[in-house]
Amino acid sequence: MASPLEQFRIKPLVDISVGGVDASFTNSALMMMITVVGVSALMYFSMRQRSLIPGRMQSIAELSYTFVANMLRNNVGAEGRKYFPFVFTLFMFVLIGNMLGMIPYSFTFTSHLIVTLGMALVVFIGTTTIGFMKHGLHFFHFFLPHGTPIYLAPLLIPIEVLSYLTRPFSLALRLFANMTAGHTLLKVFGGFVAGLGIIGIIPLAAVVALTGLELLVAFLQAYVFAILTCIYLNDALHMH
Amino acid sequence: MPQFDPSVWSPQIIWLIVSFVALYYIMSRFVLPRLNEILEEREFRISDSLRRAENLKEEAEQAVAAYEQTMADARAKAQAQVQSSHERAERLAAERNAELGDRLADEIAAAEARIGAARTEAVAGIRDMAAEVAGLAVEKLVGTRPAAENVLAAIDDTLKRAS
Repeated sequence: MASPLEQFRIKPLVDISVGGVDASFTNSALMMMITVVGVSALMYFSMRQRSLIPGRMQSIAELSYTFVANMLRNNVGAEGRKYFPFVFTLFMFVLIGNMLGMIPYSFTFTSHLIVTLGMALVVFIGTTTIGFMKHGLHFFHFFLPHGTPIYLAPLLIPIEVLSYLTRPFSLALRLFANMTAGHTLLKVFGGFVAGLGIIGIIPLAAVVALTGLELLVAFLQAYVFAILTCIYLNDALHMH
Repeated sequence: MPQFDPSVWSPQIIWLIVSFVALYYIMSRFVLPRLNEILEEREFRISDSLRRAENLKEEAEQAVAAYEQTMADARAKAQAQVQSSHERAERLAAERNAELGDRLADEIAAAEARIGAARTEAVAGIRDMAAEVAGLAVEKLVGTRPAAENVLAAIDDTLKRAS
């Protein structure tokens, strides 16, 4: 029987090498592309009619738009509008990536730390750059909140710096760990179903319940990723 | 775990960049502006409709007020007209009544005078005729005709006793 971790294996589909660097088109890349095409098609075709009263498909597009727009407005404010396309893309990319991963025999690219870390680093470097561009060197005040007694600075600054620097890793690890753990758990219980014969109905019920839970987690982690991006963006724009 | 095999990192990162940039481009260039347009248009249509409804409501309220004013005026006018025609009719009726009463009184007086005259005439006629009949009766019984004055005197006497 295949190991529960077998599902996370990267399988090259087309071998590509760019300047000696492996850039093969893998099952992970395929799922990313399906996500891109799926999100684009869903969003684009659902509002082709541009009806005043939305149908079901148009409602999906509009709901996702207003969902992310409200998230951004509540957490960042009016200044966040500029970054709406990025947050929206991030949210949809992670959400649909997670959801497509729930289809049996597909692949969940968000279960790879390198992918989540890549996205988290983009968020981290992006928000830090925005912070320095907006506040200049004043942004360093972020590490020493207003009204802090000066004798606490030697203690507080390292803590603040450390907590700031761990942001991309916590952001990346949260998504990666949730997806990996959930899918591994599903696979382990799935293995029991076949192995236990008639009693296998018990792990089967567990798998059904866990699938529902994993669908929730898939949405929730996309939401958490997007809302933390909003919060980091708010920190960069408005400091504390 | 396959996740910690560094040999699969570079293709994933490269394709992550490719797909994310592609999705960002499609979203920011085609999808989101269009969605925003749709939502804004709807917002505009709703607020426009609301404003129009507000205006129409105001107009309707004005029309109702004007209508009520007209109704009140008409009612007051009708009331005044009824009052005045009522008064005129009463006055007319009183006049006619008085006129009729006068004429009737005149006619009654005339008729009474005529009746009185007729009665006097009739009474006189009866006396003469009674005298004639009495004279003839006496002549038939006695053979001689009594003097007219005597007969008249006797009749007068009898009438006086009878009455």
